[in-house]
Amino acid sequence: MNTNNTQVLIAADNIGVRMSERWIFRYVNVSVEVGQLVCIIGGNGAGKSTCVKTLLGLIPMTEGKVKKQDPLTIGYVPQKLAITPILPLTLNRLLTLGRHRPTREEIEHVLFVVGLEKLGNPSVTTLSGGEFQRLMLARAILRKPQLLVLDEPLQGVDIANTDILNDLILTIRDEIRCGVLIVSHDIERVFQDADDVLVLVPHEHDHANTDNPVWNRSA
Amino acid sequence: MMSLLDDFFVRAMVAGIGVACFAGPVGCFIVWRRLAYFGETIAHSSLLGVAMAIILDLNLVIGIFASASVVVTVLFFLDRRGGLPTDTILGLLAHGGLALGLVVLAFLPGMRLNIQTLLFGDILAVTRLDLLQVWLGGSVALGVLCWLWQSLLVSTMSEDLASVESLNPQRTKFLFGILVAAIIAVAIKIVGVLLIVALLVIPAATARRFSSTPEIMAASATVVGVLSVIAGLFGSLQFDTPSGPSIVVAAIVLFVVSRVVSSLLNIRK
Repeated sequence: MNTNNTQVLIAADNIGVRMSERWIFRYVNVSVEVGQLVCIIGGNGAGKSTCVKTLLGLIPMTEGKVKKQDPLTIGYVPQKLAITPILPLTLNRLLTLGRHRPTREEIEHVLFVVGLEKLGNPSVTTLSGGEFQRLMLARAILRKPQLLVLDEPLQGVDIANTDILNDLILTIRDEIRCGVLIVSHDIERVFQDADDVLVLVPHEHDHANTDNPVWNRSA
Repeated sequence: MMSLLDDFFVRAMVAGIGVACFAGPVGCFIVWRRLAYFGETIAHSSLLGVAMAIILDLNLVIGIFASASVVVTVLFFLDRRGGLPTDTILGLLAHGGLALGLVVLAFLPGMRLNIQTLLFGDILAVTRLDLLQVWLGGSVALGVLCWLWQSLLVSTMSEDLASVESLNPQRTKFLFGILVAAIIAVAIKIVGVLLIVALLVIPAATARRFSSTPEIMAASATVVGVLSVIAGLFGSLQFDTPSGPSIVVAAIVLFVVSRVVSSLLNIRK
């Protein structure tokens, strides 16, 4: 079905970001291929979000290189997104927000995939944390991304729903054949199905080669 | 009753309705993006633009638009550099511009009398040229707003998201600032420096209760703004009150009434 299984979507080569004389992270090597699921994990302050934003090109890197497939459609679900209550948005309107114009059928299908098909069209301010995460995920996959980037998708989601969301992400990966990059602070619950895990630890000193704070392991 | 339709009054009505039409949708973004103080800054510092226009013998609207655009640009770059908190930068520019404008105006002979007009507007002295400026400037601004609409909405939700989706949020942010400058430039003659932000913020706040999507809210804010202008101008004629403040009072009354009515309806549900 897909002959390009080893196609690299995004690859970071020894990237690092320094802000006000402090390295947020350094020596990071990570790549995501089509159909792969890659996790970035680490505790608070390890620079996970900064790292993923650097990969996305939102933060300039101090050193290293990021190679992206060109063009690359990215579906992104940012961390802890809060919509101001003065902005009126319904579930359907949020899905059609932006330049991408999905059809009625596409919207119905994607709502079914994330399990929100029975909600109707409520105001987004009435959704629970988990429902809102799934809605943002639905919006991201409507763009038919080649790379899906999820920053802490399990935050604010209870344990029962965590498993559902985990399965959901795998289903989506298999359905649209995209690469998935997930950021999580929850080391215990790291995805068993991950193809690769990048562990970030807080970078305190700059001991060049003697203290490499980042390691990769292949699952 | 023919006196109601005196030419100046019709002109005032047409100008006021024009401003309300354009201020409605722009005002929604002002409240969604928490830019009320940004609007105040543009309005206050526009006094410097007035002073410059008088010195250089320029059209007032063009002078205000030019100075406001400079303020927007300075703000944009200072904000990106990130040294000071945004509201501190706004405070510097708003009151710096206002004070400097007032000082420069004080040096110009015969200007003292007109300061009140600048602060509170003079809708009853609207000329045909003013009408043209309001409708032409407003239409262009509204066209730009339509073009920026999707990008503005996504970046209101999250600038990072807009960036990843190639919606160029930084350019959008800058152009929206220029657009606010344009709206304020054409509206100052109508409601004045001190009250222009009211016409942006109050109708949008009133419209929120009746809106389920951003587009409905923009349209409702326009309707509320137009109603405020009509009620305010008739009130001003009836009670011999200054027109700009009368329009704002009408907008506030509409806001309060809408809140009370919608709370009563909610209780009955």
